[in-house]
Amino acid sequence: MVATSVHRRKKRLDRGIKARTDTIFLIASWKDMLYLLLPRMLPVAILLVLPVLVKGYWGKVLVYACIYGLLALSWDFMAAGGLFSLGQALFFGLGAYLAGILNYYLHLPPVVTVPAATLGGGLLSAALLGSVVRLKGVYFAMITLMLPLLFKKVIETTGAFGGTHGLPSLTPFPSELLTAYLAVGGFLGSLFIFRRVINSDYGLVLRAIKDDDRAVMSGAINIYGRKIQAIFISGAVGSFAGALMTHYYQFLGMSVFALDYSILPVAAVALGGQGTFAGAAMGSLILVPLSESLRALGGLRIAIYCGILIVSIIGFPEGLFHYLARKYHQFERVVEVK
Amino acid sequence: MTLLIYGIINSVILALYALGFSLCYGISGIANFAHGAFYILSGFVAWNFMNAAGLPFYLAAVLAVAVTGLLGFLFYWALLLRIRGVPLAELIVTFAAGVGMLELLMWRGFYGMRYSLPLFVRGGVEIGPVAVDYQRLCVLTTGVVLVVLLWFFVHHTRIGLAFRAMAQNERTALSIGVESDWIGSLSLALGSALAAVAAMVVLPLGMMESAIGLEVLIYALAVAIVGGLESTVGMVAGSFIIGFGQVAVARYISAKWMIIAPLAAIVLVLVIKPSGLFGKFKELEERV
Repeated sequence: MVATSVHRRKKRLDRGIKARTDTIFLIASWKDMLYLLLPRMLPVAILLVLPVLVKGYWGKVLVYACIYGLLALSWDFMAAGGLFSLGQALFFGLGAYLAGILNYYLHLPPVVTVPAATLGGGLLSAALLGSVVRLKGVYFAMITLMLPLLFKKVIETTGAFGGTHGLPSLTPFPSELLTAYLAVGGFLGSLFIFRRVINSDYGLVLRAIKDDDRAVMSGAINIYGRKIQAIFISGAVGSFAGALMTHYYQFLGMSVFALDYSILPVAAVALGGQGTFAGAAMGSLILVPLSESLRALGGLRIAIYCGILIVSIIGFPEGLFHYLARKYHQFERVVEVK
Repeated sequence: MTLLIYGIINSVILALYALGFSLCYGISGIANFAHGAFYILSGFVAWNFMNAAGLPFYLAAVLAVAVTGLLGFLFYWALLLRIRGVPLAELIVTFAAGVGMLELLMWRGFYGMRYSLPLFVRGGVEIGPVAVDYQRLCVLTTGVVLVVLLWFFVHHTRIGLAFRAMAQNERTALSIGVESDWIGSLSLALGSALAAVAAMVVLPLGMMESAIGLEVLIYALAVAIVGGLESTVGMVAGSFIIGFGQVAVARYISAKWMIIAPLAAIVLVLVIKPSGLFGKFKELEERV
């Protein structure tokens, strides 16, 4: 036998159902429809059924996963417009404090406080970050990192709104099941809307701002106005998550401005893959249960998120979702190099 | 008078915080968000050299600066090399590494009263009606000496000139034989060593805890934004504005609101001159 070295390579082919572009499909049969619908509908169906099936501790984990998922989605939405934030905790904290204050001092029920906090949080975030919206990239990230930490400091030193002790015994939601469905509903709703919006004309402008803001300006579009709108939307979603968490905990403290709420969304998006929202959702649905099962490690949790974040950015920059989507849409076979 | 003296000292402390950060950003374009973590880490390294290895403080301090510089160097080769040139990936990785380090320190139990570094010199002196302790004067001298040394270093030494070449135009620097990765890792090493020097002189004034790391980072960022990155004059001016602002707020309003000063300064500067007070045109394009 003569030893011949044979070089092989992987050949990738798009499946036949996919016609020319990433978003147009030729649907010819039930099988094709299932091929497209299953990966979309199955996770949604599972998430809708889960609150009924899991109770107790893992029910709580599900709610947390959805709340962090909302933050990750809002991060991804801002990032789609080129606004990279290191302080999602700002939105979360604003929502939580608004809901808590309305409930504690004015005794309003959650039916009023949650929507009020969502809107108010969005407006406040837009007002706070509106003045620095002209900054780009690293500089914008610096400001967003500082703001929640400064808020925490202010509350700590002035003792406003309960100060370091927080506001106890807030009104809970009527039932555990309702909370779970609020969280899941909000999560899936935002996911659906964001995915639609980002492919509409409005989303196209946002993505263009990220790619080349000068070009968008020369198209006579007010990019600062658009960025503020994006911050409002993203802030409202983050505040909704915060308001939900406050009533769920029935307690409000400074910890809502903590780094956890800034780091985990970024880690989730880095793990899942940026730009599709599905990646962000997937990342948080993986990370939160993972971190809950690592709870025995206590204080190390954030360090572990940081580790995952670093590894996934350096080693797997594409993200899990993009990888899986590619595998799903393509055949692979090994062929000989000639 | 009190306002003047403590304002100056406070400003120099802020300048020390920001020195390494803005140097590193100015040269290699890496916004090292792990700066605060390096700062506090060096404090604990020094503490361990003193209390576990029993070295005298001066030796421990020098060793801590060296170790931190080395860590910065390795940090570049281990993590940043592979994502060089993608600013946001760099930012997220340095930030995550910094927070990770702080959390690890916290987890190891490095907080509380028993962790503090000794003063260089005890006692104090009266300048007119104001009493100032020697340690604060030490901080002042260190700050001034460092700024002067750095200026000399980047204007009159080979490596310093290579640093400036990188800062001005990376490709041109490459074409005349400046190795970009080497300079990048050196800049990170120098930046973290400077953080460690700052830690050695400032930390004895208070106690050590890992939460300080984030505070240092925030002040360094605030100074950088107000003054404009990459220009030394801007950095010094930025730290003086924020430093005096803080002392003034503490004196005339209340010490509680001191933290507001940097934020107000940032917003004001951004409204008046978005490139930072001494920012250059190149920066304007990057930032706005």
